[in-house]
Amino acid sequence: MLNRTLAEQISDLQKGEYSCSELTEAYLIRISETSDLNTFITVADDALENAAHADELRASGDDRPLLGIPVAHKDIFCQKNVRTTAGSRMLDNFVSPYDSTVIENLNAAGTVSLGKTNMDEFAMGSSNENSYYGPVKNPWRTSCVPGGSSGGSAAAVAARLCSAATGTDTGGSIRQPASFCGITGIKPTYGRISRWGMIAYASSLDQAGPLARTAEDCALLMTHMAGHDPRDSTSSPEPVDNYLESLSKPVSGLKLGICREYLEDLTPEIRAVFDEFVGELVSQGAETREISLPSSPLAIPAYYIIAPAECSANLSRYDGVRFGYRCEDPKDLDDLYRRSRSESFGAEVKNRIMVGAFALSAGYYDAYYNKAQQIRRLIKNDFVDALSGVDVILGPTTPGTAFPIGEKSQDPLAMYMQDIYTISANLAGLPAISIPAGFVDGMPVGVQAIGNYFDEATLLAIGHQYQQMTSWHQQEPEMNS
Amino acid sequence: MEVTDSVVKNIAALAQLQVDKTELPRLAAGMQNILDLAEQMQSADTEGVTPISNPLDATQQLRPDAVIEQDQRELFQSIAPATEDGLYLVPRVVE
Repeated sequence: MLNRTLAEQISDLQKGEYSCSELTEAYLIRISETSDLNTFITVADDALENAAHADELRASGDDRPLLGIPVAHKDIFCQKNVRTTAGSRMLDNFVSPYDSTVIENLNAAGTVSLGKTNMDEFAMGSSNENSYYGPVKNPWRTSCVPGGSSGGSAAAVAARLCSAATGTDTGGSIRQPASFCGITGIKPTYGRISRWGMIAYASSLDQAGPLARTAEDCALLMTHMAGHDPRDSTSSPEPVDNYLESLSKPVSGLKLGICREYLEDLTPEIRAVFDEFVGELVSQGAETREISLPSSPLAIPAYYIIAPAECSANLSRYDGVRFGYRCEDPKDLDDLYRRSRSESFGAEVKNRIMVGAFALSAGYYDAYYNKAQQIRRLIKNDFVDALSGVDVILGPTTPGTAFPIGEKSQDPLAMYMQDIYTISANLAGLPAISIPAGFVDGMPVGVQAIGNYFDEATLLAIGHQYQQMTSWHQQEPEMNS
Repeated sequence: MEVTDSVVKNIAALAQLQVDKTELPRLAAGMQNILDLAEQMQSADTEGVTPISNPLDATQQLRPDAVIEQDQRELFQSIAPATEDGLYLVPRVVE
């Protein structure tokens, strides 16, 4: 039952093949057996109790589709009475007094939380090596990273520790780990899913989304995660599409934009996976058009000003006064603030706070922050132009496969380049999905499709139709290499 | 832009971070890395381009100015490092 997809588990539970309690217990045992992967920061202590309750509800006629489905949550989503750390020593002792909207919605749909997954501290990282709780191992090759920042969620799904998990994506943090772990992950349009109770990194870029084995499973979670929330002033009032119904939409007739700039520096191996992916969609009747996103080389420089600027503002709330870490014996108020922050933030978080504070400081605002926001407009305009002639834009998700733990941790620029293909969609606020499309040297490779605003349905349909004809998403790591 | 020790110290003070001598070179290098990367932005002509702050160009939604949350002071203060009589405790500011 652990190797079943979420959609299959729904059907199994309905048929009574096994109970939610049996499924949950089996997952908890597997999580415990694979604890050296370090995918979970906190394993839920009430999962079995909640599973038993779900079984009772089902017996009494409750037929909500997600009732009793075990899921894992990235430890960035506040969950009431559960420790929520964001991968940071700052929040090591933080037990959230409230639920994030994402968790509230998925609880209301009947899901059972298995626990909170490991992540780069405050979602800053592309390898999960920046976690206070230690790096996560990639189940496909345990000497390699799972990607980040939603590395724990991606590795947990790949290792069959849950059939689906939540994540967040500020510059690629759902799609890059999905690609590295051979699973499907979608970052929806900015504002599609509420950010209420989702610990903020860069508020104009952050967006929650699901990670699962298949596009259909992502659609099942999206159905309950998406929607307007008055508690998040940037949440969109746009009606939510019927993602499940749209899955059957054929690929035939879709215009696929192939971005010239994304293919220029691609390795031949990744290029071959990409070409094969496009070939499959073309054989199903899609057409290709070459498109250009001329400002895309500026996406990384602009992101590494905008995201740190927003991070320095967002992380100013951690002051050692109201919650979180407080230093011992502060001698005055400034000492309390400074030591509480310095003793509990990791190196990469401090780097980004410093860069952000600099970019927002008097005399540098125009040259750095304002310039970056202008470039962001150019990047968005490129996409709007391109998407006026095509339905989606295809490209690789990442420049390579998962790299060895430690290989890039001392080279921040090499780490930043991991997100070269994913960052633009965050800057423009567009939805984008990573779909497993092949392997290079035994490690999974994803292909990315970027869609128009609020057109998650087309991205999920492309993923689903592709997965009807291919089996890359069904491959399972052996977990002994 | 060269990130000198004095730049790092000034920004650290603004960001309420304590930087000891051993950490200075690492933080300076980290900032320098990103600011050098940011220099690439200067190649773009952005004359007259309106900066984006919300990717959908959406404006903040307003809601009625009405109380919708219950008072949960005790719950929220139960996770604070130090409180007394409903107040957060910090070191004395005025002698």
